[in-house]
Amino acid sequence: MGAMSAEPRTLADKVWERHVVHRAEGEPDLLYVDLHLIHEVTSPQAFDGLRLSGRPVRRPDLTLATMDHNVPTGPGSQDPVSVRQMEAMAANAQEFDVTLFPTGHIGQGIVHVIGPQMGLTQPGLVIVCGDSHTSTHGAFGALAFGIGTSEVEHVLATQTLPQRRPGTMAINVEGDLPAGVSAKDVILAIIARIGTGGGIGHVLEYRGNAIRSLSMEGRMTVCNMSIEAGARAGMIAPDDTTFAWLEGRPYAPTGADLEEALEDWRSLTTDDGAAFDREVTIDCATLRPHVSWGTNPSQTVTIDDVVPEPLDEAAERALAYMDLLPGTAIREIRPDTVFIGSCTNSRIGDLREAAEILRGRTVAQGLRAMVVPGSMLVKRQAEEEGLDEVFTAAGFEWRDAGCSMCIGMNPEQLSPGERCASTSNRNFEGRQGEGGRTHLVSPSVAAATAVVGHFATPEDLG
Amino acid sequence: MRAFTVHTGRAVPLDRSDVDTDQIIPTDHLKRIERSGFGPFLFDSWRKDPAFVLNDARYDGASILVTGANFGGGSSREHAVWALEDHGFRAILAPSFADIFRNNCTKVGLLPVELPEAATRALLAAVEADPSLEITVDLQTRRVVGAGVDESFEIDDFTRWRLLEGLDDIGLTLRHADQIDAFERSRPARLPSLPRP
Repeated sequence: MGAMSAEPRTLADKVWERHVVHRAEGEPDLLYVDLHLIHEVTSPQAFDGLRLSGRPVRRPDLTLATMDHNVPTGPGSQDPVSVRQMEAMAANAQEFDVTLFPTGHIGQGIVHVIGPQMGLTQPGLVIVCGDSHTSTHGAFGALAFGIGTSEVEHVLATQTLPQRRPGTMAINVEGDLPAGVSAKDVILAIIARIGTGGGIGHVLEYRGNAIRSLSMEGRMTVCNMSIEAGARAGMIAPDDTTFAWLEGRPYAPTGADLEEALEDWRSLTTDDGAAFDREVTIDCATLRPHVSWGTNPSQTVTIDDVVPEPLDEAAERALAYMDLLPGTAIREIRPDTVFIGSCTNSRIGDLREAAEILRGRTVAQGLRAMVVPGSMLVKRQAEEEGLDEVFTAAGFEWRDAGCSMCIGMNPEQLSPGERCASTSNRNFEGRQGEGGRTHLVSPSVAAATAVVGHFATPEDLG
Repeated sequence: MRAFTVHTGRAVPLDRSDVDTDQIIPTDHLKRIERSGFGPFLFDSWRKDPAFVLNDARYDGASILVTGANFGGGSSREHAVWALEDHGFRAILAPSFADIFRNNCTKVGLLPVELPEAATRALLAAVEADPSLEITVDLQTRRVVGAGVDESFEIDDFTRWRLLEGLDDIGLTLRHADQIDAFERSRPARLPSLPRP
């Protein structure tokens, strides 16, 4: 095919096309996988499958394992079933020659924090992981999506994955982001707009000047929650912000490789005139900080609102579970716990944002507050900047890296009825522990809320 | 993978939309390293409510789940599919499914059947009124028949063939091993890779 025939293409299509290993009429495309991230929870049965069929890991050099979901992030003993799962991860990595960053290793952390941090996450790659928040890596212009354990085994064995080509959906985020409004508020507003199933079967491409103005951390927060809108993946075209962030990271290209990479990466944008299957535009000039009131991430309002009247049975059930009455001002709701962490908001930028608000202030009486850095390297960097002292002086617990209270499968859980302001991504029933009640917020709202004792923004602190 | 051709069975009506995988199998039960044994923990939190439909003895032994839109959203955990299958479900009928969940179903042999909203509503009402009604899900003819409904459904030919034959995806892919080799030779050397541990 000559250049003459080149039709304008979307970013997602460009990355897709360069990874097609095999294509046949009526079959899904067979896509090559550049980077496969694995963790202890969704991989043991995949390794068992390899053992049963006598297959090796095809490309250990494109595979990286860590432990994040059920690791304890503080002192105390762990339940024996979790220990068994982590031991299986270690044994499988050893047997199949896979690099593992186990607990206690400086490289350990949440899988979606360590990939970018090491410079392994790069524009134009196909990245998969047995975890739905793999969409995070799309912030670099990679096509990144979560897979199930059967697919994990498939990638381990073949370094490829049969995939139907998803549709494309442009999310145009226009206007200047007002002060005090963060990437988290942008994505919560998008999910409220398109719904939890609004992105099914589609790759979202976030575009517009508000997206361009976000830091890489902010872009990762946005792409991270693409799955909460049901999307197959979320992407942002790489630009100078991306390239500057990658420079100097351990696995980022250098010298002549960097020159070649940059030339390629600059081509990874949606061409003018390329058609998306769907398009949505959000004006964020008047956006306000968001707080979720229900049990799915589309059930949110702004901090200035009240708990809405339920419009359907699902909303009624959500309000009953959350023990909230319609008409209650969001600012009147008092959490028992504040959690800053998770693959959505645990990077250095998130911690700086929260620490800035907490400097010289203290956590409200009786409230439990914790910060869980996304990786041990984030933890070390924060300590070098003195952020740990700000958090502990304010009354926050300062913990080791892991998924922690985002997912109720490690020692850090909510008790039944306990209410939490959380920077994580899911407010599903029981997500943070059976009977726990989760309100999704940004790091700055979490920090301000911790100080005041009810939902608040930094501007409420005076 | 378990093959699926035709299945006839009674159905459980779970009249909720946006049922996420955290509800299907709560995280606390994801720590097993085996592929089996998840059935007892299916909908574990909801089952603590005596009024929850799976606690209704009239639906014991039912093998088809009829439910609301966007079933299986959230986490990628295939454990959700294993739990449904282990409990005895062979097919799930809903207006829409979350992408990863649907993929996982087709790898395991649990059939996700997308039906129009009206047909789903009709089935929910019918099996709520009469739990003894049988429904036939036929993958060969792509039809759901029973409980007053006769509806065709769509599924792509390739996935249908794999399910009918119960084929292992890895085996299918390895037929293209030469193409994978060739693709790998063409990848730029600058792409990131890890040293052998």
